[in-house]
Amino acid sequence: MDENQGKVTLDHGGGGRASRKLVESYFLPRFANPFLEKMDDSAVVDFPPGRLAVTTDCYVVDPIFFPGGDIGMLAVNGTVNDLSVQGAQPLFLSAAFILEEGFALADLERILVSMAHASEEANVSIIAGDTKVVPRGKGDKIYINTTGVGLVQDGVDISGRNAKASDEVILSGPIGDHGIAVLSQREGLAFGTDLRSDCAPLNHMVDQILRVTREIHAMRDPTRGGIAASLNEIAAQSGVGIVLTETAIPVREGVRSACEILGLDPLYVANEGRLLVFLPPEHASRVVERMRQNQHGRETQIIGHVVADHPGRVVMKTAAGGTRIVDMPLGEQLPRIC
Amino acid sequence: MKYVDEYRNPHRIQHLVAQIGKTSDKPVKLMEVCGTHTVTIFRNGIKDLLPGHITLISGPGCPVCVTSIEGIDRAIALAQKNGIIIATFGDLLRVPGSQTSLLKQRSEGADIRVVYSAYDAFHLAQQYKDRQVVFLGIGFETTAPTIAAVIRHAEEARIDNFSVLSLHKLLPPALRALVQCPELQIDGFICPGHVSTIIGTKPYIPLAHEFGVPCVIAGFEPVDVLQAIAMLVRQIEHGKARVEIQYRRAVSSHGNSKARAMMEEVFEPCDSVWRGFGSLPGSGLKIASRYAAFDAERRFDVSALNGPEPPGCLCGEILRGLKQPPDCSLFRRVCTPESPVGACMVSSEGTCAAYYKYAT
Repeated sequence: MDENQGKVTLDHGGGGRASRKLVESYFLPRFANPFLEKMDDSAVVDFPPGRLAVTTDCYVVDPIFFPGGDIGMLAVNGTVNDLSVQGAQPLFLSAAFILEEGFALADLERILVSMAHASEEANVSIIAGDTKVVPRGKGDKIYINTTGVGLVQDGVDISGRNAKASDEVILSGPIGDHGIAVLSQREGLAFGTDLRSDCAPLNHMVDQILRVTREIHAMRDPTRGGIAASLNEIAAQSGVGIVLTETAIPVREGVRSACEILGLDPLYVANEGRLLVFLPPEHASRVVERMRQNQHGRETQIIGHVVADHPGRVVMKTAAGGTRIVDMPLGEQLPRIC
Repeated sequence: MKYVDEYRNPHRIQHLVAQIGKTSDKPVKLMEVCGTHTVTIFRNGIKDLLPGHITLISGPGCPVCVTSIEGIDRAIALAQKNGIIIATFGDLLRVPGSQTSLLKQRSEGADIRVVYSAYDAFHLAQQYKDRQVVFLGIGFETTAPTIAAVIRHAEEARIDNFSVLSLHKLLPPALRALVQCPELQIDGFICPGHVSTIIGTKPYIPLAHEFGVPCVIAGFEPVDVLQAIAMLVRQIEHGKARVEIQYRRAVSSHGNSKARAMMEEVFEPCDSVWRGFGSLPGSGLKIASRYAAFDAERRFDVSALNGPEPPGCLCGEILRGLKQPPDCSLFRRVCTPESPVGACMVSSEGTCAAYYKYAT
């Protein structure tokens, strides 16, 4: 243990005394719960009867701290949100860490505190975990994997395949905050912005929606690739067309400006706490109203609707009055050169 | 957002569209020279709004697209040399050379970094003093002065591990080639806004006076483009051929003489091969002998074979406005943004990419 230097060493991942000490002094105090404290090889939990939703995701964001969040907060909320958009109530998470030798223990602590806060806000427990250390240069500071399990509520059948013609498309708030907040911190591109990531758990909002109606056809939390990627996925999976109204899509001034400067399209910029909901038109206004009461959904808008025409394709009525395709993004958007 | 919202105002857009329709019903073919205009037109669905007698065709104003395969091959040859760090704008990564692309070279171990300005490349050279950093200089008159400034700065800072592969191009010679192209009867040019902030109106005057083709320098928002079209249609209807500036908030008739002076100090014109056009006299920029120390071509042996165009690819005709992307048998079938065959599909401002991405 390299307590004096405050850095992660290879010993911390070796499974011996140093590993145990790292777990006992850093992980256990933050994630305190009876399952974890037993320190057994698996957590054994009582699980209510019903349908189980399981998801897993790896988090490798760079930089690891960004305005409005950090990799730990993202690792909890991202997995919570993947369960939530399936109509599942998130119950338990596991968290596995790959640390690079030399990573500052103070940064690890900051990340763990943030994960503890995020799991508290989302009302989930981290009940299993693992830590490995890789030699310096073989990893990039810290990678986190979280797996989540949740209980799918009765009478709920939400899937990217279920969107239907005439459904309304609801979006819970302005797009692109996360992507631009992260980009603004990236080496070689630092620019001034007061934007903060929208990173947030969506399970409470989903719960509130399902109390209004269980007749929700599809939901997504648009992350990498922006709302363009999520909408294209749903259009393809459900075999329907989607028509968006450009003027209805909320974009903050700071995101618009950054996108103008860098030549990016906000539709393709990442989010971490936004929700897309597809539902029959008769429920739309009540759901919008309810979402706006949630702290993460105050700027909820209906941004478009589903049509039977042009299956698999997303089009947008532009502010100018024309029509354009909103295509699936290829990869990372590249800033323009001229 | 100031300077954006007023230029995207739907009422102004509708008003301009109506005005264009009222001014003339003569069929006209206008070329938007610049790739950023192409994107504005597609992204806002402007072709849907215009009356049927106005045809817009895309021109050669995307620097990635007009870079010859041989130029890309030279960049790749540099990337394959041991110890060299290539610094490049991201768009160039996917452009296929005759054998491979920079992206593929990177996955095979070449050290290729994406930068957002030539200054980033200069900083890399300061950071890695024991390595050679080569910046791939690509772009038109808008970009060249900034790169000239960095080369001057490198000389002052006595940096000896920084050089530039100059693939720069000058737009007016290409426009001259276009008006002389017999298959292509262009009735008017929507001239590039940002290039014109540097060059002003003078280089366009021969196009209007000698060849009778009206020119309007336009900004990049939908209202800018429509206003430029309205100005061109008015000139054509009245039998005039003048150079006008629509983009007055950025462009003056004399341009930016300081930027031009810097460009002229560091670079000198040379003949240059354009994709789709072949070699055009005086249409490229090479590094002047005074700054030879910063010329990657003089510093390294970068001879590359003159690779053939991929069979079936119509990039050349598309860049000259003779063909549209759907005319190409490769478009959408073989040539997609994921695996581009021609350069027009690679750059986000390429005609094929804009067509693929936005056209309904």
